[in-house]
Amino acid sequence: MTLQLAFFYLFSTVAIISAVMVISARNPVHSVLFLILAFVNGAGIFMLAGAEFLALLLIVVYVGAVMVLFLFVVMMLDIDFAELRQGILQYAPIGALIGGILLIELILVAGSFVITPEVATSSAVPFVEGMSNTEALGNMLYTRYVYLFEAAGLILLVAMIGAIVLTLKHKPNVKRQDINAQVARKREDAVEVVSVESGKGI
Amino acid sequence: MIPDIGLGHFLTVAAILFTLGVFGIFLNRKNVIIILMSVELILLAVNINFVAFSAHLQDLAGQVFALMILTVAAAEAAIGLAILVVFYRNRGSIAVDDVNVMKG
Repeated sequence: MTLQLAFFYLFSTVAIISAVMVISARNPVHSVLFLILAFVNGAGIFMLAGAEFLALLLIVVYVGAVMVLFLFVVMMLDIDFAELRQGILQYAPIGALIGGILLIELILVAGSFVITPEVATSSAVPFVEGMSNTEALGNMLYTRYVYLFEAAGLILLVAMIGAIVLTLKHKPNVKRQDINAQVARKREDAVEVVSVESGKGI
Repeated sequence: MIPDIGLGHFLTVAAILFTLGVFGIFLNRKNVIIILMSVELILLAVNINFVAFSAHLQDLAGQVFALMILTVAAAEAAIGLAILVVFYRNRGSIAVDDVNVMKG
């Protein structure tokens, strides 16, 4: 057994065990932490497959941003998780049945597929000799797939705006600067000239 | 690219992770947070498949596609969690059974 194969087995074993823990942990905080472990090991598997850029991206974007977001939400919401776990065993048999069928089907497909020789020799974007993975990926992303890249940026922009619009809450008692109201304010709304007779008040 | 790890190894790991994700959705039918995490597991399994085939066929297009999946998954997590927070504010619960606000 070579070193790569040993590391592959290590990464995949830890990833699968932590995936099991994600769906079975009692505390959702533990679930998030095990999901982080699963993603780090997935990054290791990517690295073994030669996709170095994606491996590091998985750690930076997923572990660094998305999982922290999950952790924030889990800790911020004050939820009785024990109540949510009631009746968990009720769904386990049907879930195990469907999952088992799915796994058997997937393994049957994975064990018996054949890549036709035409496909194997005519790759759309072949690897370039002597070019690192990151360089080759960037080369492709900014030239051939530039529209796809722009669309991805647009998706992230829409997601950001959507998340802000959904969660922004206007509190009634908080005074905020309203620039439209400030600019639309006229002199007549603010100042009144009153001629006061001497010796009398208003 | 893959010196002596066969393609089948990668596909098996991805299949097991995918199945665990689907099983997780069934197992935690009431808890939306765990369901979202199961979806993330499923997307990780799909990405492993893409990267494995990309390495096997010496084709970079698979990695570009995996990058797009990562983008969409990040957007989905952000929007999903935002909806979850808003829902919790309105109902004080995140149980899936309580999601019947739009019922007539």
